[in-house]
Amino acid sequence: MLPEIGQFLLVLALLLATALTVLPMLGYARNNETLMQTARPLSHVLFITTMASFVILVVLFVQQDFSVRYVAENSSLELPLRYRITAAWGAHEGSILMWVTVQALWIAAVAKFSRSLSLDQIARVLSVLGFIALGFVAFVLFASNPFETIFPVPLDGRDLNPLLQDFGMIMHPPLLYFGYVGLSVAFALSVAALIGGEINEQWIRWSRRWTNIAWAFLTMGIILGSWWAYYELGWGGWWFWDPVENASFLPWLAGTALIHVQAVSERKNAFRGWTVLLAIIAFSLCILGTFLVRSGSITSVHSFAADPFRGIFILVLLAIYSGGALTLYTFRANQLKSRDTINLNSRETLMLANSLIFITATFTVLLGTLFPMIFEAVGKKISVGAPYFGLMFFVLMIPMAVLLPLGSQLKWHRDDVMLAIKQLVPYLLITTVLAVIVWFLFKPLNMRAIAGIYGGLWVFTATVGQWFKHPARGSAGVIGMSVAHIGVAVFLFSMSMTEHKDTEKDILMQPGSTHQVAGYDFTFTGVDRVQQENYQAQQGHVEVRREGRLITTLNPQKRFYPKQQMPMTEAAIYAGWTKDIYVSLGEAVNKEGGWAVRIYIKPLIRWMWFGGILMLSGAIIALFSTRIKRQEDKQRDRVMEQQLKLS
Amino acid sequence: MTPTRKKRLILISLVVMGVGVATAIFLTAFKDNMMFFKSPTEVSQNDFPENRSFRLGGMVKEGSLQRIDNSLKIRFSVTDYGADVQVEYEGILPDLFREGQGVVTIGQMREDNVFAAEEVLAKHDENYMPPEVSNILQTEAQQ
Repeated sequence: MLPEIGQFLLVLALLLATALTVLPMLGYARNNETLMQTARPLSHVLFITTMASFVILVVLFVQQDFSVRYVAENSSLELPLRYRITAAWGAHEGSILMWVTVQALWIAAVAKFSRSLSLDQIARVLSVLGFIALGFVAFVLFASNPFETIFPVPLDGRDLNPLLQDFGMIMHPPLLYFGYVGLSVAFALSVAALIGGEINEQWIRWSRRWTNIAWAFLTMGIILGSWWAYYELGWGGWWFWDPVENASFLPWLAGTALIHVQAVSERKNAFRGWTVLLAIIAFSLCILGTFLVRSGSITSVHSFAADPFRGIFILVLLAIYSGGALTLYTFRANQLKSRDTINLNSRETLMLANSLIFITATFTVLLGTLFPMIFEAVGKKISVGAPYFGLMFFVLMIPMAVLLPLGSQLKWHRDDVMLAIKQLVPYLLITTVLAVIVWFLFKPLNMRAIAGIYGGLWVFTATVGQWFKHPARGSAGVIGMSVAHIGVAVFLFSMSMTEHKDTEKDILMQPGSTHQVAGYDFTFTGVDRVQQENYQAQQGHVEVRREGRLITTLNPQKRFYPKQQMPMTEAAIYAGWTKDIYVSLGEAVNKEGGWAVRIYIKPLIRWMWFGGILMLSGAIIALFSTRIKRQEDKQRDRVMEQQLKLS
Repeated sequence: MTPTRKKRLILISLVVMGVGVATAIFLTAFKDNMMFFKSPTEVSQNDFPENRSFRLGGMVKEGSLQRIDNSLKIRFSVTDYGADVQVEYEGILPDLFREGQGVVTIGQMREDNVFAAEEVLAKHDENYMPPEVSNILQTEAQQ
């Protein structure tokens, strides 16, 4: 019964999304207020419907209803309850249903928190969002239905992929979806503005909030993904430039450009077309990312069940949404012309430079990701190695780090560049002194490490100094910006240390033997067996000492999940303030109990993720800007007044 | 030339220079890091880039896996059932590395016709086969 109800709710959602697409837009075209007013209630009902179908899927997992194919394929009688719940979005079908649910949640939130928009504006925005929801509900129903039943009903399920039985993987997809879907609000605003042929400061200010929230979620999702890859894949790397990772990184890069350009366009009548275009690009990259992840058309270290039909379906969605929006843009963008001229010597110019750097970065990553596909079309099989991405990114981040403090030093509208550079000189001197100290502490360092460390210190000293001197240093906007930029500094510094001062060793360890790695003594005391609910493991014991003093005993595991016939490496990590000690088990090598053991020393790796958390915190803090709040209140009053006059 | 024009000219030439440098770096980075994918059959016909890394993919041949005593050195053959290539690797193999399973290795061909792998990749999912490997097997089956 339950699967049928879930299915029915999805069909209902399809109809609701269709209504939400058509009715308000029709109302806008005919200037019919009643039709436009349907947008808000329809949004709420759409959310309730999709949420209910998602809850039903969770219930099916809790009840272990193996008559549903998706449950049978991703759960089993031995799977603990907490993982049964999270398995609901562990694999493809459920995760797309979650996407739809999150999309509907955002639509409902937009419907609720949009009092500063006039009726025709919100009607258009919700209609565009409804159209996006329509495509994805259709995708769930026709290409990845989680409620499909099977007969005969299997007695037991196939169990959840062991890699997904983990906290990081439970949180990673929802956060990414919140980010992806959040960017659809900025996209919808752009399309709605292009349809109406007008856009104003209030409208951008309104969408800026949503972009900031979406960007924060996306950042968190990427951090968690990176963290998960680090401890769960057992390889100790934190970023592989794998297509699946790039899929989440591309919208982030475009989103970073977008939030900086929005900061200009919400203040003055400038960069309007660019803001609209960036919003379209950012969301298009979200859909493209989903295509890369779900279609299996690119060889990736992360594997997902590949299905060509699904790939084509998403490609069609991409063509409709991005193609449609870009076509609209080519015809209508001239109506959004910016009237204000930009002075070359102003913060605005630097913001433009920022967006250009980040868009260039987006396209270099995109090229590297898509090139194998293009080559495949002409019959050659190639792949683009991680060093390509690493080098390109490094090169592009140099101007970013150099110019960032100049951007926050310059005033809006008009300033003296020479004076600003002069004001930056003290920070440059402090940076140089600090960099020399770091050099003496950690030498030898290669060129790239030095550049990264210097860049990190430069951004840090300048940001802190500028904040102290800032006349409005108590305002949320300034604090948010400074926190985010300190995050950039922390990331640059710790990433350079992690990448260039780490130690990696694969060692054959006999029980009782001791090996020295980077000043630490690792003693292997052997392996014993551990039995858990749904897996068995061989657990190694490695004592870590420094100058004879025991620091910790690490117990890495080699697990075996009998249901899936799948072995898995569970690394043991000693997380320290300055470095991580990471040990994972390879395999038994000889009869005397010797094992292949991988040992990593990763300096400052946690600080790298912490830098990311600072960045997203900055985006969140900026939401509480009183300047924006004041302007929004004013605008809301204006809209209210208008409505009163009309009635 | 007016000062504004001069400023604009400087700005434009800076942008052009920046774009030029970026393109040059992009092209070199790309050329150096583009990696070809070759099957054992192609390698046996000497169709592979010499003195640079490429990806070799296929199935791990049944019964070919051997460990060199008391070290982390491993030897195995990669096959597409048309030809075999000997591979040597030192380090820890991925969890799903097994005889008769698909594998992708990255490395260089040595003088003695042994492929020295720096990296060995097997996939997360038991049922998963790298698309390139399944392609190779299909072409071999057709022949």
